[in-house]
Amino acid sequence: MSGPTLLEARDVSVAFTTRGGSVARALDGVDLAVAQGEVVAIVGESGSGKTTLARALMGLQRPSAGQVLFEGAPLEYSTRGMRGFRGQVQMVLQDAAGSLNPRQTVYESVAEGIRLHRLVAADADRRSEVQLVAAALAEAGLRPPERLFLRYPHELSGGQKQRVLIAGALALRPRLLVADEPVSSLDASIRGEILALLLKLRRDLGVGVVVVTHDLGLAWNIADRIAVMYLGRVVECGSTEEVLESPRHPYTQALLSVVPEIERLAPVVLTGEIPDPTRIPAGCRFHPRCPALADGSAAAAGVGDRCLGEPLPVLSAAGEHRTACHLDAVLSRT
Amino acid sequence: MSPVMTQPTTEPLLDIRDLSVSYRTSEGMLPAVRGVDLRVSPGEVVGVAGESGCGKSTLASTVLRLQPQDAEVTGRVEVSGTDVLTARWGDLRVLRWAEASIVFQGALHSLNPVHRVGEQIAEPIRLHEPELAEAVVAGRVGALLEQVGLPRERERAYPHQLSGGQRQRVMIAMALACRPRLVVADEPTTALDVMVQAQILELLSGLVRELGVGLVIISHDLSVLAGICDRVAVMYAGRVVETGTSEQVFTAPVHPYARALSGAFTRIGDPASRYAPAGLAGDPPDLRDLPAGCSFAPRCPRVVDACRSAEPALLELAEGRRAACIRVGEP
Repeated sequence: MSGPTLLEARDVSVAFTTRGGSVARALDGVDLAVAQGEVVAIVGESGSGKTTLARALMGLQRPSAGQVLFEGAPLEYSTRGMRGFRGQVQMVLQDAAGSLNPRQTVYESVAEGIRLHRLVAADADRRSEVQLVAAALAEAGLRPPERLFLRYPHELSGGQKQRVLIAGALALRPRLLVADEPVSSLDASIRGEILALLLKLRRDLGVGVVVVTHDLGLAWNIADRIAVMYLGRVVECGSTEEVLESPRHPYTQALLSVVPEIERLAPVVLTGEIPDPTRIPAGCRFHPRCPALADGSAAAAGVGDRCLGEPLPVLSAAGEHRTACHLDAVLSRT
Repeated sequence: MSPVMTQPTTEPLLDIRDLSVSYRTSEGMLPAVRGVDLRVSPGEVVGVAGESGCGKSTLASTVLRLQPQDAEVTGRVEVSGTDVLTARWGDLRVLRWAEASIVFQGALHSLNPVHRVGEQIAEPIRLHEPELAEAVVAGRVGALLEQVGLPRERERAYPHQLSGGQRQRVMIAMALACRPRLVVADEPTTALDVMVQAQILELLSGLVRELGVGLVIISHDLSVLAGICDRVAVMYAGRVVETGTSEQVFTAPVHPYARALSGAFTRIGDPASRYAPAGLAGDPPDLRDLPAGCSFAPRCPRVVDACRSAEPALLELAEGRRAACIRVGEP
């Protein structure tokens, strides 16, 4: 289903210095690879670093350590380097209503990128700007496109706004879309339509998708692979089936157990919330909330001390199912 | 104590009958709620499901007569036997907070950013029981915070110092401040992470168990309601289109809209939904310009000509089980 690696994060860290002078490690060493035509879901709660990772992949956030590579070459953060890169990798933001300029018509919103990247002159089929805008809107499922040209964002439904944003990204013929919570603000019945569109774009145009979400059901719907993030690290990654059907990290298991649809699992409601990234716990960063440590199963397996004191290595971006957990390392060996 | 407290407990806490609410707008009347019935008994959790614009928040606002000035309301809303829509201002004041309270949508914006959260929880207590000594009020605030799973010391925090989940807990503590018998929670978990959502739902069901309050939960997310509610009503374009136990509505919905809403929630591990997100084409109708007949007909996968001639009545299929669709029962 997928080709060679297109976009890759290698041991990427992003640190912010807070006003008090402490350092928040929003990303604390992340490996992630996205192949051509692949749909990868980055899953996690608020504060897990998933949006920071998306921004780093987009070149919007320079890593404080590590590298982001596009087709094997490190990103160039110059204006010129970024312009070339943006033609290939486009972002679709969370808040469709807030991302569209309320004073711009749909036509203007979609045409802006086409003009900026001078795509009319570069078009192999010698299409006009109007034709390119119409084609992008039609690909995003807005048909007939001409009817929407002169509409303003307030005249559109939530689903239509999200499609206009996707059309704006598609107009540049990107090879990869990075979508941050693309359906979280949409109603349930509209959500499915937008997700189906992302799958259709992959099938028809070969566009790869990195989707950032807190919704495991969404990942089951569209993703080939999943990376589960916790406090700035990927704690489990693998194919969607592996991660969601046989989760190995206690955090992934807990997340899955609270999805309301899954009745076969007893819900493991973790106490508290993701800690502050200025104070990442020692040892395994999940240990203060880990149900396997709390119920003694980690101690019984002889790893309790390591959970408290021994940090885990960064998970490699390679394809197989992996998890960063001392207990799992013991259990999977036996 | 207020006169309404003397009602026998077998009475429903909330009894809404044939309620309609229309907003006067510059482009004519906008019917937001059309002929809704809803009853809630003590210790019962009732869910109202529906998408943006289906009228569920308008419905919630009428429970304490909080609907906007430009709303025209017909029908009856009784809270513990008091007719809310015609009650005198004094009676309504007694009702609010002490008999029924609302946890509004958007905990992030409903708290006053320049006051400590303890002060905000204390405010309704002081208003309703002005005779209480400050030390007693402070004790109640501390107890309320502990009841919603926050340490007492958090009373000194300002809203910005709390996470989204903690703010939602403060909102719930505030709703419980005057010991109401009915709580209405409008989208209590929207914008919260899955784990925090699970924490809040666990908190709410615990409160119903311990305090025996009646709870109405309004949500666009049928899966949230399925786990916690005894009964669920699904709304579309201002009307209730299906009611039943949450199990029935979530796992065996009969109205095509309820089916779509339930089907939109992915069952992880189900091969049928792998690479196949379920959706429903089209958008909800413009309420100012409702289609003839069934308002769901334009999006309905099972539509027939007869659907477009008259709006289907909400028919009883079994005890407590209703649906508004002429094709219910057909294969």
